Amino acid sequence: MLLGGTLVWVVIRPWGWPEAVFAVPAAVLLLLLGALPLSQAGDEIRNLGPTIGFLGAVLVLADMADRYGLFEASAAWMASGSRGKPVALLALVFAVAAVVTAVLSLDATVVLLTPAVLTAVARLGLRAKPHAYACTHLANSASLLLPVSNLTNLLAFSASGLSFARFGATMALPWLAAIAVEWTVLRTFFASDLVGRGEPQMATSRPVPVFACAAVALTLIGFFVASVLHLAPAFAALGGAVALAAPALVHRRVKVRDLGRALDIPFLAFVLALGLVVKAVSLHGLSSLVGRVMPSQVSLWSLLLVAAFAAALANVINNLPAVLLLLPAAAAAGPGEVLAVLIGVNAGPNLTYVGSLATLLWRRALRQRGEELPTAEFLRLGALTVPPVLLAATVALWASLKLVG
Amino acid sequence: MRVVVWLTEGTWRGCVDAAAQNLPPDASVTLLHVTPSDVSEVAEAATAGLLGRAFPRHRPARHLDEVADRAGLEILAAAATRLGRQEAELLHRRGRVEREVVGAVARDVDLLVVARDGDRSRLGPHSLGHTTRFVVDHAPCSVLLVWPDEPPGLESIPPPPPPPLLPAPASPVNIKPRA
Repeated sequence: MLLGGTLVWVVIRPWGWPEAVFAVPAAVLLLLLGALPLSQAGDEIRNLGPTIGFLGAVLVLADMADRYGLFEASAAWMASGSRGKPVALLALVFAVAAVVTAVLSLDATVVLLTPAVLTAVARLGLRAKPHAYACTHLANSASLLLPVSNLTNLLAFSASGLSFARFGATMALPWLAAIAVEWTVLRTFFASDLVGRGEPQMATSRPVPVFACAAVALTLIGFFVASVLHLAPAFAALGGAVALAAPALVHRRVKVRDLGRALDIPFLAFVLALGLVVKAVSLHGLSSLVGRVMPSQVSLWSLLLVAAFAAALANVINNLPAVLLLLPAAAAAGPGEVLAVLIGVNAGPNLTYVGSLATLLWRRALRQRGEELPTAEFLRLGALTVPPVLLAATVALWASLKLVG
Repeated sequence: MRVVVWLTEGTWRGCVDAAAQNLPPDASVTLLHVTPSDVSEVAEAATAGLLGRAFPRHRPARHLDEVADRAGLEILAAAATRLGRQEAELLHRRGRVEREVVGAVARDVDLLVVARDGDRSRLGPHSLGHTTRFVVDHAPCSVLLVWPDEPPGLESIPPPPPPPLLPAPASPVNIKPRA
């Protein structure tokens, strides 16, 4: 009931309060009632601690990259590189959104890259819709590649027992497969919106923030180096965040308060509290139920089943709780299953965006604000992309597991 | 004669040129651009999907609406200059594009000028995208359908299907007129 309450709270967010306001007391209440033994809670906190540190560092890294103008510069580069041709622009948006999602996480694509892209598209005088969908779809389906790409990956990363490099190597094929399917569907679906020629001379050029680009690239290399040296990749993210934040602080371009806001402590607290609530729920029977659903041996069929189940669950209760619920059983079954769960929970949300419970509440909120409901197009495009993405990415994962081992 | 010219990104020049060539000098012309309302909704939906992030600094929807509106107004201004008619009225709307266009020509409009925006590599029904298809099907006035660039040749129409292999059915039985 507390899990349900937490989820409903998160979606409604009464009076605009942060999600943690309900989730943290819910977790504390579970501890006080003894529904979650202290030792189990301690284990969970120890488990989640490094992940949350990693998450915080990536949030700051992406926010700093934005302050250095990385996203505006990349949008300006896409606009001039496309020479006003809409299909060329869509291809560049795909490439940049896929890389930004993989390296700086889906949050960066949704919150920082999408507005920059849409502003550049408007200035070019082209139709924005295909590019808006490209950003939001790739934020989900291109978040398969690295542990940093999605919070769900971070949560699953330690449980999977894979190294950072191994994770990336195994997920490279599924990532490419998902992007290829999205391209094929979006290119066809929006064919009539990708017409004519924009005004490339209207695109403003922005200086390339060399320092920020270099810092992000070095952080990416750092992830792999740390993985080879058996260090936590969170240190690489921390290094990148500090490298970008320190000069900005010294030159007083950002304040300490801005860093605190970028770190988003209520969000970090929410993730920890959600982890504890879900832990309590799984202790009381849900994990054995999930364990029974999980197939016992790895085959293409079982991976497909796991991915489809994870996608369905992500659409019912949202992907964070879904991955927390499925993780213990999947981790017991092996890394293949963990990665299949990730394909499901990462690509699945394109079906309804927020999970169906959340979609219902969100639509209600929109109607209360007197805004129009999203078109059926939104759901139709989800129905057209998600099943083939799940299929292609899972088949690619299966092939990848055979190749990489 | 009242004429509405519907302008969309990428194809508006063709519409304006067709209007300049074909309309009588005394026609009263309205240039129309509709900014789709669902683009910022998509961006907003994606942020709503990020569970647990409050994002006090980033709620992109309103900012994106402003950017899109400004882009629409710029197209209208450029089109008015290209058309070269001082008295042309400029009309900017926001909403479901196809509904807004049909609504704009619902009363006292004689002609709507529309550009094809689908597959323009060949002549055929796919040369209308679904928004344009809706407008052409539902507009309660005459429609001037414009190829925004050079139309493809007649050879782009696929050849007629081959004649059936089976012999044609026997001619209907003659019924003898009653004596």
